[in-house]
Order: sequence, then C-alpha cells, then structure tokens
Amino acid sequence: MVPFRSSPRLRAWALSAPAILLVTCFLLLPVFSTLATTFGDPEGPFATYAAYFDSRLRMRVLWRTMEVAVITTVISVIIGFLTAWVVAKTPGRLKSLLIIAAVFPLLTGVVVRSFAWLIILGKNGILNDFLLWIGVITEPLSMLYTEGSVIVAMVYLFVPLMILTLVGVLEGIPQDMTDAAASLGAKPAAAFREVVLPMAVPGLIVGSVLVFTGSFTSYATPQLLGGERQMMMGTFLYQNAMVRFDWVAASTVAAIMVVVTLTTVLLMSRVARKLNPVAG
Amino acid sequence: MNTRTHPLLVAFAVLTFLFLVGPLVIIIGTSLSDTAFLTFPPEGLTLHWYQNIFEISAFRRTIMTSFALAVGGTAISMMIGVPAAYALARYRVELPKFLGNVYVLPILIPEIVLGFSLMKSVAIGAGLPIMTSLLLGHALLVLPYCVRVVGASLNAFDFSIEDAAVSLGCPRWKAFFTIVLPNVKAGIIAGFILAFITSLNDVSVSIFLTGPGVSTLPIQLLAHMEQFFDPTIASVSVLLMFVTVGVMAIVERTLGLTFLTK
Repeated sequence: MVPFRSSPRLRAWALSAPAILLVTCFLLLPVFSTLATTFGDPEGPFATYAAYFDSRLRMRVLWRTMEVAVITTVISVIIGFLTAWVVAKTPGRLKSLLIIAAVFPLLTGVVVRSFAWLIILGKNGILNDFLLWIGVITEPLSMLYTEGSVIVAMVYLFVPLMILTLVGVLEGIPQDMTDAAASLGAKPAAAFREVVLPMAVPGLIVGSVLVFTGSFTSYATPQLLGGERQMMMGTFLYQNAMVRFDWVAASTVAAIMVVVTLTTVLLMSRVARKLNPVAG
Repeated sequence: MNTRTHPLLVAFAVLTFLFLVGPLVIIIGTSLSDTAFLTFPPEGLTLHWYQNIFEISAFRRTIMTSFALAVGGTAISMMIGVPAAYALARYRVELPKFLGNVYVLPILIPEIVLGFSLMKSVAIGAGLPIMTSLLLGHALLVLPYCVRVVGASLNAFDFSIEDAAVSLGCPRWKAFFTIVLPNVKAGIIAGFILAFITSLNDVSVSIFLTGPGVSTLPIQLLAHMEQFFDPTIASVSVLLMFVTVGVMAIVERTLGLTFLTK
C-alpha cells in the first residue's frame, strides 16, 4: 500500500486493472481472434466474405435479419412512442403502475416471453382456438415458423424498452415549451411537430438503436418462433458453429454482425448528437 | 395548453398494455391446467406441474446451477467492477475518458458473438472447465451493470468526506469500506440485482458454454420445449416470474423503478 499513497495515478490504474484485464482477456482477445480467423483463407484475406456475399442462401439470411430488425424497430417506435406519450401524461400512482407493467416483461427472460408466443400462435394454440371458436376460420392456420411470428414476438420483446426509454425523454420536455408554442398561436398539431418531436428525436434514436441491434443479434426468439425455415443471423451463427462445426463460416457471420451493430451504434449516436436541439 | 390526452390515444395505450401483460397471464393460466397439454383458459386446476419441476432432475439441477452462476458471476463482477467504478468517479483526471466505454463493451458486442468467441478461445482454446468458463462469461456479461449502476451512485457521492477521513489518519481501505461503501449501498444492491437477473435469463452466452452434464435453466427450457410441450414449461416460467417480482421489489426499494426510465 505504501507506493499507492504517493501516487493517485498508480492507485487509479491499480483499481481499474482487474476490470480492464477481464475485458481484455475474455472479450477483446477472443472477439479479435474470431474476427482474425475470417481473414485466414488461403485464397486471399477476403475469400470467406466473397463466398458469403456470393451465396444466395447466406445473403437471404442476412436480408431477412435486416428486414425483421427494421420492421420490428418501426413497429416498436410507433407503439412505444404513442404509449409513452400517454404514460408520461398519466398522473401519479397510475403512472407508476404502468411503468411496473412495462418493466415486468422487460425483466422476465427472453425464453419465457418467446414461449408465450409459442402457446399463442401454435397450430393448437390459443389464437387458432379462438378464431375457430368465433368461426372466422374452419381450419387452424399455421402461423408459427413464419417471418410474421418472429416479428410479433420481437415487437413484444422490445416495446417495453422503447416505452421506458421514451417516457423518460417525454417527461423531460417542459410543459412551458408547449404552452409557449400554444400562446404564440400554434395549433396542438403544430406544437407537437415543431416543439415536442424535435426534442424527442434523440430519445427515439437511442430507442431505435437498442431495438434494431437487439433484434438483429437475437438468438432465442428466432430459434423458437422461426426455426430452420426462418433462419436469422443469430441462429445461423449457432448452426454453423455447433451443428456443422464450420467455425470459419460462423466467424464470418459473427464479423458481419459486429460490423452492422457497431456501424449502427456509431452512426446513429453521431446523428443523435447533431439533431439534439438542446445541446445544439 | 394542457389538452387532455385524446381518447383514441388512451385506448391505444390500453391495448398496448394488454398486449404486454396478456401473454404472461396466459402462461400463468396454462401452468394451472389439469391437462397434459398447454391450454388456455385452463381446464381444471392443479398444482401438479409445479411439483413436476422438482421431479424432473434436469430442472432441479439447472435451477441450482443457474442460481449459483448468477450469484457467483455477479459477485465476481462486483468485486472487479466496484473498484473500477470507484476509480472512474474518483480519479477523473488520472484516467482516460474512454475507459468508461471499455466496461460497457459486453453490451455493445453482440452477445451471441461473445458467446461463440468465448467458447472458441476460453472453453476450448484454453481448456477451462465448463463451470469456470460459465462463471467468467457471466461475470463479463454483467460487468456493465455493476460499473454503470454503482457508478451512478458514486457520481452523486461527495468525496471530500472520504478525504476528510484520510487526512485525519484513517487508512484508505478503511475509509472506502466504512465511508464510501455504506453511502453507495443502494447502487450496489440495485446493480447486483439487475446483474443477477441478466445472468439468470441469459441464453446467448450460456448456449455456447454449457456442455455435457452442466446446463443452465434457460438452456434446459429451450431443450425441453423442443421435445415436450407440457405445462411444466409454463410452471417453470411462472417460477421465473416470481423471481422477477422479487427483483422489482428490491430495485423499487433501493433506487426506485423510475431509475429504469433514465
């Protein structure tokens, strides 16, 4: 302890060292090693990527994942924004109750929440039972293992996150601002468009990034509700690694996932900073 | 302006909350059904499927493993993360700015990529035993929660109190344990509990690190679902929801649930 007393700098690094070591040894090195294996092909450093982008099957998986992630994000933004708007304006106790109702699913595991949709959308599931009972259909529909079933479950997964992100943001917009707009003659729609929306944009971007990257990299939900037929990047990585034991192919999928998510995060955080009217 | 919220908007929000809560209610209902298949509304009422959880040895084992892993992994992460968070808050000049971002990398890197890479390099490459790899993987996975939540409490702490104790001759380690830690207790409890639930629910890292004989509850649930489709899965899910309720109660008591909207 004696040398520590003399130097705050040394003390600071000594306290940080275990955490830095953990991240370096168990995240940075393993992930770099995964990325490095994709450039080791004897036919040239980018051969594995060329093979990936040449294969219709693999590109189909990438596009499907993009599509599901984008659709999930758009739906979650719409549902999340409108709901958060109502929650933010709800008074006192009821508001806490609504926040609890949003936090509860968020803290319940992905497997449990995806399982719920397996019971609902299955061939003998609750939705089919209900539709048969009211007589809309005569034969049970097969809703599972479609892109739609994956999207429904993903929206279910991410709407709470969106609501919680946006409630915080919308509460932060002072009532004075909209009041000022109204007293200057702005109609409610105009006040919303000119005052509320610009101030909510950074929050909308943060929420969208969380939902997009979360659904782009998800594993359990596409595995349960999409199966083999609706392979997505997460399930494709797992299949390559653990079923076909093709680690180079799995690493290539991993590398594409890392590039897509990091690019999204970096790009959007720049956009958010640019668009923030308060920090301006 | 003070306009009332449009009734259509309120109706929409009501539907959203039904959408959020409904599926969980359905799980609770199916777990009580006196049938060998999953059905809702339940036909007959029984607690048989709850008893069944403990009769299936794979569930018994994986529940133990998952809890041990969540407690152990979080404890390791706290022992590593709290000093790091303390250093970040206390020595702002001495440490580079980007260091705070290094600790959140486990959230930034796709979890499934992390799981796959850990399997390749740590479990197989370095040949670590399954449980050790799982513990380290989970400690890494929850590090962002430990550093960030405790850090939020530390940022609100007035370090001049600690300085006063040190200048009066209190050893630094003692000042940390008797002055700093009790003041950020709420952050540590909330951080612990959020990390715990993250670890308990984890799929993407665990699925690559579990192996013969050692599995976690979510992975066992996934495997069970592919073979059997009986209400046992629903009753395990309800059990996990009880854990969620406990977690929420603790977060509410320490930092308040509104902490999660920030």
